[in-house]
Amino acid sequence: MPESPKAQPRFRDLAIRYGFLVLLLGIVIFFSIMEPAFMSLRSMVFVFQSVSITAILALGVTATLVVDGFDLSIGSVAASSMMAASYSMVIWGFSSVEAVAFCLFLGLAVGLFNGLLVVVARVPDLLATLGTMFLLLGLQLIPTAGRSIAKGMMLPDGSTATGAFDKSFLYLGRHRLWDILPVSVLIMLVLALAIWFFLEFTRWGRVMYAIGSNELASRLAGAPVARYKIAAYMISGVSASIGGILLAARVGRGDVSSGNNLLLDAVAAALIGFAVLGVAKPNAFGTLIGALFVGVLLQGLTMMNAPYYAQDFVKGAVLVVALVFTFSLTRAVRR
Amino acid sequence: MSAEKLHEASVSLVLDLEGVEKSFGANKVLQGVDLSIRAGEVVVLMGANGAGKSTLVKIIAGVHAADKGRIELEGKPFQPSTPAAAIRSGVCIVHQSINDGVAPDLSVAQNLLLDRLCNGETELFFRPGRARKQAAAIAAALELDLDLDRPVHELNLADRQLVSISRALAQNPKLLILDEPTSSLSQREAERLFAIIDRLKESGVAILYISHRMSDIRRLADRIISLRDGTITGTFEKPLNYEAAVHAMLGHAIEVTGQQVAQRGEALFCASDIRLKPTSDPFSLVLHRGEIVVLTGLVGTGKSALAECIFGVAKPAAGSFELDGIAFNPTDPGDAIARGVFMVAKDRANSSIIPGFDIAQNLTLPFLTRFSTAGTVRLAREKQSARAMIDALDVVCQSEQDVLSALSGGNQQKVVIARWLSQPSKLLVLDEPFQGVDIRARGDIGTKLRNTSDQRATLVLTAELDEALEIADRILVMSNHTIVGEHLTADLNMDLLMSQISGATAMAPSEIESLQSTYRN
Repeated sequence: MPESPKAQPRFRDLAIRYGFLVLLLGIVIFFSIMEPAFMSLRSMVFVFQSVSITAILALGVTATLVVDGFDLSIGSVAASSMMAASYSMVIWGFSSVEAVAFCLFLGLAVGLFNGLLVVVARVPDLLATLGTMFLLLGLQLIPTAGRSIAKGMMLPDGSTATGAFDKSFLYLGRHRLWDILPVSVLIMLVLALAIWFFLEFTRWGRVMYAIGSNELASRLAGAPVARYKIAAYMISGVSASIGGILLAARVGRGDVSSGNNLLLDAVAAALIGFAVLGVAKPNAFGTLIGALFVGVLLQGLTMMNAPYYAQDFVKGAVLVVALVFTFSLTRAVRR
Repeated sequence: MSAEKLHEASVSLVLDLEGVEKSFGANKVLQGVDLSIRAGEVVVLMGANGAGKSTLVKIIAGVHAADKGRIELEGKPFQPSTPAAAIRSGVCIVHQSINDGVAPDLSVAQNLLLDRLCNGETELFFRPGRARKQAAAIAAALELDLDLDRPVHELNLADRQLVSISRALAQNPKLLILDEPTSSLSQREAERLFAIIDRLKESGVAILYISHRMSDIRRLADRIISLRDGTITGTFEKPLNYEAAVHAMLGHAIEVTGQQVAQRGEALFCASDIRLKPTSDPFSLVLHRGEIVVLTGLVGTGKSALAECIFGVAKPAAGSFELDGIAFNPTDPGDAIARGVFMVAKDRANSSIIPGFDIAQNLTLPFLTRFSTAGTVRLAREKQSARAMIDALDVVCQSEQDVLSALSGGNQQKVVIARWLSQPSKLLVLDEPFQGVDIRARGDIGTKLRNTSDQRATLVLTAELDEALEIADRILVMSNHTIVGEHLTADLNMDLLMSQISGATAMAPSEIESLQSTYRN
């Protein structure tokens, strides 16, 4: 390719900045040609809906990645939140507002616990949140003795549960505004916008990025590092609990095996997000695009009759490509 | 062996360097260094930061190759291509950072044999029994009195250091290089090390000892060599003239240049009866509005410890601070900043810059509250302030959106200084603000400090005397974690200053007080 030495770095810059978005566009066009139904509004909405819960979790994990932390407990926070919503409504007879408040509180509490483990007890982030993950995976099974929660279920003491899922609660997972936009997608978009704004334009977001880039320098610039780190884990916890609420509202029962894949999918989306726009750092916009990227790919492949068991392989491949892109290409240019 | 032969061996040259030069890019780090070390001799190498000590050591150790010059080991040309080759030839180094010299999870015995293991000199299968016997033999030869089966991470620092040194000695070195080995040892632990060094000397090992600690140097040195800006500025044989050695290390022709006449205001910051360590002597100091005070002293004498106490990073062991007549006990840096006490920390790469942020973001980080409305950063205002600071300090860059990691060291430092000059402060502490900064940037920074100094008190900490003299109204000398001397730059007694820095003479406390009182009036 004959290119002047001056033009080359600029082309490279552009490739790094927009490469991933162009790739996404290319994939969309490819699937539309192969399968015209792919471009329909219904199919697009389905893509958004399929990634909404993953994306909400991923946005939370992005907040911890920004402060150079990591939250492995999000999947089990979401699952616990789903069980908590189901349990509180079916067994305690909570209203939907009470159940949602209970779940959000749970998410914040777990986030606080993670934050304290990392900041006060000085447990490395991966290990601390791994421990929390295990703890919650077990804890959510204890109240029901390992059974899934549904209306009219038999309780461990032999009686029958009297409560039921509130209608307005199920609305969160099943209703479509104007007959097209699912509530969960709306929540995802609002949350993405909020976290994007928070991280990019507020002073708190700025300080969080500073802490992630150089913790000591941030401390010596007066930042209360411990508080910010705890806050990041609380954002992560509350996002995961929102994901769990939507999951419960979608399936309408407290299923012990749900949410198995949430952790890996969400982490993958956040990491793919590093590569979007070539910024090589966690960012909310990238995370959303990362989640959609995986969703588009899976939707297209499914419509082209690719087998369901190939899904994880495809996600893994996308993640590896994105990571190579982030860590070799972007860094090489920075030097 | 006859006595004569023995004598001959003891004076034979182990290492002989002549005209060694080394450059990194345009930066000439070593410009023709001659150095020789005889068997059974301790040569102390003194040099300030950036003098070229570590480069010199790395060349001897086979990490770098010299650009020019001749190196001989025991009379034969010596050009180690790798550290392993240097070790095989009998040159061993114990690095300053103790944990670089040991594998913490392995036992003492395994650590002693680490080099053999890594060289592949052992058999295919590791036989613990045999290895233990070998290690025990090494330990016995070195009189190392430690439990060989204990993992090294259970040992205290001094014992780890012993293991690290023993590991080097297990190679039967001809030349042992010790890089600031006592920097994390207590006096008693250091004494143990000195005893080992004495034994090594007797057995004919040549020792190159790098240190700033005068007590070590007095105890050990047979010869002192001072290095400054890549050239040997002095070689001192017995009887050793320590003050001259410090002089040679710190400045060739120190001239007292521009005597600043400070517009001295009222006392702004007072420290009373401060003890930086429970065992160190207490001191007091007063800083006035408008003056620039330089606190100087060798590396590791407690300057940074004082800065950390003032900035709320640490607490002094005893004593109190006062700012503007009110007790000042900052709980953390954020608190100190809120009360108008700013600090430019030393070692900017680790403790000042946010490498991924652009210039504007780095400048405003501590003051984001002042740049935001309802939590949202006002980008236009931030940009405007950044541009003003870039102009004020002549930061060489394309725009305020340049990422900091893309700037040169001197320009990064200007950004760091600009950060803390961008908002008014009551007390500005600068810890080694000229480290890794070229002479022009240094001049720019000094001028800017001077021009902005009238509304605050400024305290500059530096080990480099030239820098101190360039900008100071008043010079304080620190030694052993306490202030031992005070000088007005206008009438400086250079000899007294030198001897105070080298720890030889401390002013009597009454003298300091009288100086301070004359100064106050």
